[in-house]
Order: sequence, then C-alpha cells, then structure tokens
Amino acid sequence: MRLLQAPKRRAGVGALALLLTLLLSACAENAPQDVLDPAGPVAREADQLWDITFGIAVVVFVLVEAALVFTVLKFRRRPGREAAQFHGNTRVEVLLTVIPALILAGIAVPTVSSIFSLAAEPPGALQVKLIGHRFWWEYQYTGAGVVTANELHIPTGRPVYINLEGALTDRVTGEAAVNHSYWIPRLAGTQDIIPGRNTYMTIEADEPGTYLGQCKEFCGLGHAYMRQRVIAHRPAEFETWLQDQGEAPPAPTGLAAEGEQLFTSGQFPGGPACVSCHAAESTELTAPNTGPNLTHFAGRQTFAAGVFENNEENLSAWLADPAAVKPGATMPDLGLTQEQIDALIAYLETRE
Amino acid sequence: MATAALFERRGFMSRPSATTGWWSWVTTVDHKKIGILYGFTAFIFFLIGGIEALAIRAQLAGPDGTILDADTYNQLFTMHGITMIFLVVMPMGVGLMNYFIPLMIGARDVAFPRLNAFSYWVFALGGLFLYSSFVLGGAPSGGWFGYAPLNRELPNYGMTFYSLGLQMLGVASLAGAVNFIITILNMRAPGMTLMRMPVFIWMSLVTSFLLLFAMPIIAVALFQLMFDRAYGANFFNPAEGGDPILWQHLFWLFGHPEVYIMILPAMGIVSEVLPTFARKPIFGYAAIVFAGIAIGFMGWGVWAHHMFTTGLGPVANAAFALSTMFIAVPTGIKIFNWIGTLWGGSIEFKPPLMFSLGFVSMFIIGGLSGVTHSIVPHDAQQQDTYYIVAHFHYVLFGGAIFGLFSGIYYWWPKIFGRYLSNGLGHLHFWLMLIGFNLTFGPFHILGLQGMPRRISVYPDEMGWNFWNLISTIGSGVIAASVLVFILNAVRTRTKGEEAGADPWDGRTLEWSVPSPPPAYNFAEEPVVRHRDDFWHTKYIEVPEKSPRRVLAGGANGHDEHSEHGHIHLPSPSYFPAMAATGLPVMGYGVIYNDTGASWPLIVSGILIIMLSLFGWVLEPSVHEE
Repeated sequence: MRLLQAPKRRAGVGALALLLTLLLSACAENAPQDVLDPAGPVAREADQLWDITFGIAVVVFVLVEAALVFTVLKFRRRPGREAAQFHGNTRVEVLLTVIPALILAGIAVPTVSSIFSLAAEPPGALQVKLIGHRFWWEYQYTGAGVVTANELHIPTGRPVYINLEGALTDRVTGEAAVNHSYWIPRLAGTQDIIPGRNTYMTIEADEPGTYLGQCKEFCGLGHAYMRQRVIAHRPAEFETWLQDQGEAPPAPTGLAAEGEQLFTSGQFPGGPACVSCHAAESTELTAPNTGPNLTHFAGRQTFAAGVFENNEENLSAWLADPAAVKPGATMPDLGLTQEQIDALIAYLETRE
Repeated sequence: MATAALFERRGFMSRPSATTGWWSWVTTVDHKKIGILYGFTAFIFFLIGGIEALAIRAQLAGPDGTILDADTYNQLFTMHGITMIFLVVMPMGVGLMNYFIPLMIGARDVAFPRLNAFSYWVFALGGLFLYSSFVLGGAPSGGWFGYAPLNRELPNYGMTFYSLGLQMLGVASLAGAVNFIITILNMRAPGMTLMRMPVFIWMSLVTSFLLLFAMPIIAVALFQLMFDRAYGANFFNPAEGGDPILWQHLFWLFGHPEVYIMILPAMGIVSEVLPTFARKPIFGYAAIVFAGIAIGFMGWGVWAHHMFTTGLGPVANAAFALSTMFIAVPTGIKIFNWIGTLWGGSIEFKPPLMFSLGFVSMFIIGGLSGVTHSIVPHDAQQQDTYYIVAHFHYVLFGGAIFGLFSGIYYWWPKIFGRYLSNGLGHLHFWLMLIGFNLTFGPFHILGLQGMPRRISVYPDEMGWNFWNLISTIGSGVIAASVLVFILNAVRTRTKGEEAGADPWDGRTLEWSVPSPPPAYNFAEEPVVRHRDDFWHTKYIEVPEKSPRRVLAGGANGHDEHSEHGHIHLPSPSYFPAMAATGLPVMGYGVIYNDTGASWPLIVSGILIIMLSLFGWVLEPSVHEE
C-alpha cells in the first residue's frame, strides 16, 4: 500500500506545481488593464487597501476551510462511534463573533480615511472635462480651451482632476443620454457618468506610457466597443502636445484636397457632409462636436473609441459602413464610393 | 342545517374534484402538489437559464467571439440573470418552503391554500410572459438591473416586458410571502413555540418578511418604468427633470434584500441537513436564528454598496462601507456554527450532506470576496468587472444552488417515496463542484486583470484568453453534472430504492409521516415538546453520554389511520389559475399600447381577474360528493 501511495502523492504534488505555474504564468502575462499593477498614486492607494484586505481574507480562508475539512474528516462516521450531543458553547461563540468584528474594524479604519482623502480635489491638478457619448469619449482641456476625442493625453507626476459631465441628450440621436463610466485600472478606479449630474475623479501616472481602460457601466449595443486610452507624457512634452492641439493642421493638397472638399461640402446618399458632425480645422470648444473632433486625427493611435488601430485598412472599412464594424455606432453609412473613401482618408492623414 | 345547505348552493360552478390526472394539477390547492409544481417549473427554467449561460460562455471562450452578435448577447445575459434569480433560485426555495413549512410545523396545509395556488400560477405565467418576448420582437436587453435611463431608451418591447414580467413575479412573491408568514405564525402545532421551530422555518419566516417589504419597492420602480416606456412619462428622463439615480436607489433597496431572500432559505436547508447527517443537534441554535434575523435587518442598510462609483460622496460611501463590513459578522456566526455542528459528530457522507458541505466551503469564498468589496477605493476597481461576477456566483451558485440541491437530495425521498441514487448523487456533486470552480474561480483573476462585465467581445491582446477558455470548459462540466442529476431523477422513478417514512434518521416532524405524505399530512395533530421533537420521540438525550434509543419509538406509526376520511381538507379550485391568466392578458395590453388591441386586452384582463375573484369568493366551500 505504501508503495502504491507514494507515486500518487508525487502526482498530487506535480499537479499542484503545474497549477501554480499556470497561475503565475497567467499573472505574468501582459494584461494592460491589470488592477493589481498600479502605475500612479491614486491606483496605488486603492491597491494598498487591497493588499491588507486580501492578505487577511486569505488567512481567514485557509483557517476556516482547514477547520471545515479537518472537522469533516475527523468526525466521519465510524463503527462504534456515537455523536456527542452538545447544543453549543457560549464562550466559543462569543469569541468567534468578537474576533471577526475586530478584524473588520481594523480594515474599516484605513478604508474610511482613504475614502475621504481620495474624494478631495488635489491641489495643482490639470483640469479636464470628460463627456461620454454613445459610444465614444470627448475631452475638453478647459484651461487651454482645447477639445479632443477618445485618447486622453496627460502629464506625468501631476494629478489630473476630471469632471465627468453627464450630458442630458445624445448629440447625434437627440435621445436621452445613458450612463457610462470611466476607468483606467492602472491609474484609478471607476467613476460613473450619469446624465444630468457632474461627477469627479482624479487620475495620475508616474511614468510616460499608454494606459488602457474601458467603459464598465453597461450602455447598450456598443458597450464592449467603448475603450479608453490615456497617454502620459513628461510634463514638457505634454505642454508641447497641448500647444500643437491648439493649432490648425496644414492645408491639404492633391487627393487630400479632394477629400477636404468632400468633408466640408459633399452630399452623400446616406447623409450630409462630414463637417455637419465633425470639426477638422479647429479644436476650439465651440467647434461643432456632435461627433469626435478630427482636427488632429492623424496623431491618434486608434479611432472609434480605441477599437481600431488608426490605419488605412481599418479606416476604409469604417467609412464604408461604421455600424457593421462597430455595433451601435451612430455614424451613418453614408454610401461612399471607394474613390471618395480614399480621398477622405488622404485628407484625414493630413490632420496632424 | 339551513345555512349549510345555502352555502353549498353558492357560486356558479361546483368545485373540481379530480385528485389525479393533469386537471388535478391545475386545480390543486394542496401545498405539496403546489410545491412540486414550483420545483418542476423552476427546474425547467434552470435548464433554460443554463443554456443561456452556455451560449454566453461559448461566445467568450476566445477573443473576438463571433457566435453571438452584440444585441443577442445583451438579451442572453439579461435573461440569464432574470431567469436564475426570479425563475430559479427564488421559486425553487419557495417550492421547498411550500412543501415543508406545513409538514415541519405540524400543519395540514398553508393558511390560504387558494392564494398559494394563485402565487404559483402567477409565477409560471409571468415567466412564460417574459419568455414570450423572445418571439415578440426581442427579449429585455438592459441587464437584470435595468439601469435608467438606458432602460427607457432601449428599442423594441424588451424592457417593457421586463417592467411587466417582473411586476407579475413580484405579485406572486408577495402573495406567497403573506401566506407563509401567516402559516408560520398561526398554524404551528401545539407546543411548537417560536424557539422550537426548525431553523429552515425560521429562515423561511425571515425570507418572507424580506419579500413582504422588498417587493413593493421594486414594484414602484417597475411601474415608473412601465409608464416611462409605454405612456411617455419622465420618471427617469434626466432631460425632463427625471432622475436616473432614483432607479438605482429603488432597485438596490429591493435588490440587496433580494440577495438574502435567495440565500436565507438555502442557509435554512443547510441548518437542517448538517445536524441530521452529523447526528447532532445544531450548534448554537439561538445564535444561528438571531444571526439570520440580524442579516434580515442589516440587509436593508447596505444597498448603496452597489453604488459606490456613482458619486454619492465620501460620507455616504463610508457609512455603507461600514454597514457592508459588519454584515459579515452574522454571516460568520452561521459559518462557525455549522462547523460547530459538525464537530464531535458522526458524519455520514450522503449526497445531501455533500451539497451542504459544498455550500459552506463555497460560501466562505463568496463571503470573503464580499468583504473585499467594502474597501471602497478598491471597490471602484472591482466594480462591474468579472471579480464581482465571481463573487455573486460563489454566493448564489456555490451558495444558493448548492444549498437547494442539498435540500432536493434530502427531501426527495419524502416527496416521492424513493431515494435518489447515492452513487449518481456523489458524481453529480463532484462534477458540479469541480465545474463550478473551473467556471467561476477564474473570474476572480479575470476581474482583477481588468475584464469588465457585460461585454460581448474582448480583444486578443488583453491577457484574458486563457482563463476565459478554462471558464468555458468548466461550464461544460457543470452542464454534465446537471445531466447526471436529470438521469438520477428519471432513474429513481423506476429503479429508486424505496425510502420509508424516516430514511435519514431525521429530527423534524416531516419525517414522522409516511413518504410521500398523505394529502392530510398528519392523521393526528402532533404535540411538540422539544426542539427537534421527532428525534426526541426516538432517543433520549443523556448529558455527557451517548444518546440512547427509546424502546417504544413513535416513528412510523401514523400511516394506517382509518379516520382520515373525516379530515377536512380544502377542495381544489379553478379560480386561482383562472385569475392568474388575467395578469399576462393585461400585460400584453400594455405592451401593445400603440395598437387598437391595447384597451380590449387590458379590459379583458381586468374582467378575467374580477370574474375569477367573484367565483373564488362565492364558490362552495367543499366539492359536492
């Protein structure tokens, strides 16, 4: 028997090791929205609370499950053993009520203090206003008077205080707007966007880089296609970027000029010219912003709320029929010809 | 007597008298038959909800899934949630409560037998009404939580079906709750004081009170939604001064007690099964009962922890964080007392016990992840991710479903007179435990890796592929375990070993009557002298010594009683089922409010209900023999 048991045990250890390796490899995998990999002070404060609570939870889990398994095995039915007939034990019961209460009180103190400190507006923050649309993001740098879409650029080492404005109606459809939420896991936890209300959140990144997130509050057909992208620059580079955003892009020539013609005054089977929804010459807050502002479109990594990489192939498919490649997209299928699409793409590529 | 003759002539139909055949099931007012109807219907919905879940998992097995389009996906996850909550866990618990409350308190039926039948028919027709939306333009697609203002903006009839269907299920739950409260408070056998009641009865009572107070809250929200959608009201339209946050408050003020409505009956089942199979009285009866009551009260003070990210402000967030943390204390008491119940016992590993152990061990995980939600700054990370999905499946599947299966295996021999197979029961348990953990364990990791809920597709480069695949494989294992259960249930009809009145050496009154119990339950009204009274008719409890069997045990003596012909039982009735049909008819009238059929349907529905109620009130009190 002993001989037979040894390989069994070794197989068990092997299985456990395999499981652990799998677990570790899964953690080491590149997960750009990893909650447990904070990259700024706001996310780190939440993460520290997690570390404390998760540690306690693991200890409690191991102790209680072990107690359960031990009890079940020790007191399994065997011939000749009768169950002890006791009804309770007041001392044990009181002890096991007080201990969890004390542990919870211990978790409560840092939690409450952190709730209040994170809710306050940090001094010296960059102010950004964010509006969630179906299904894309609008950012207004209120200080600089600049509007952009879908990719939020921020400076490193400086808190960014975001005012999430809950618009009342959707600009494209004219229907009531719906809830969304803003969430860049490595920079901060979620804040909901609720029509008719203003909410606020702080994000901050330590290092330059691209940080991903996505809408978490179910918002309908395009919910899975409403991603977020924060690009952090060193402060000097950020200032340059912001200044560039305020300037108009160069005038287009050749095919791009044809594209501009279509963009500003084309009439298509499926709708009017692009300019009736999109501004491509100005990032002023007063520019027509029914759809994303495209003035510096060529400088974006992605389009359509972070869903598509910004390249000719993707743009061509998008312009041919937006809702076919992104469910719930409110941009109409304009019925463009391939020549028109090529001209428009050439024009968009000049929007740097 | 003259008055008696007058009574017999009342009404415009004689009462039905069938006791077998399908007609007897439509007209029955017997709590046992209604309990079986509830259980069977809920199990059918369990299969449907499970198929929806399998479709969801198939879509998410890999990145950029193409099996379902976004709209279908949204309909499926919405209906999966609604089905499992309102059409599976709640009615399955209600079915067991229906069958066993009278048997465990020594009563012959519930307080209002016809109201009981009405509850069932409203539930069953409400479920059918909801599912008819699939063929009438599309099912609800705004999530079971149906947040405003999306709930009023979604096209088609889906969310209108949601507002009306849930309203009907609420009517069924309210009627059932009133019935159970009055049955438990008024119809206990002599000597069964409150503190001698089985824990399952206590938990049923707390659950019924929670339903009584929670259902009106969601009813208000659903009526507002109905008026918003069908009649142009603006309760949740922010552009006209309506408030989307109002919906969230109303929904969760119902929705959090709802969680306890689902879990408390399962906790009651576990509290019956563990003592029986450990051959010990429950450890700390009073503490377990008061912990259940405490959960019932505290459950009203934690709703805003579903809303930590809506911007309630730090004061509200801190207050609800504290209440959320401290509701873990009574929950912990229950866990410790269950382990205390097993301690020193003589534990027999039968399927009911295995499922109860599954409940306790999985509920510990769900409870602890619940505590991690209360640290608000980090909850903002967990909110709406798969981490939350993991948490509530550990509570509602690992908890409620395992608890309900424990109850099914435990009481099956009582209900049908035959055991479910022991071997298949163990196979079912282990497959389900492994499949459950394979499916929902990875959700913890996925959530912490940033995977949000309710997304129909995810891109390849997010690092979520592996665990999603594992989860989908796990869902297949769960499906296999359910097939094993079905096989077991079908097989037991012909091959099941016959169970006597008391197959598990039980402790409570239901084991003192034959299996299946006669229509009248108890030939003689039992007189209760102890908690676990039936056990005390079999054993003497000698302090500090082992229990001894009493020679003249009173176990199985009741079934040969000859006087049961004289026992008054409520007669079957057509009217509960008939009255229940009025509600969906009215519902369709509201759905089609833009057509000429609207008012005729609404008026017909009202007439059906009114005529049925007249018939109900005026029908003869017994069928003519």
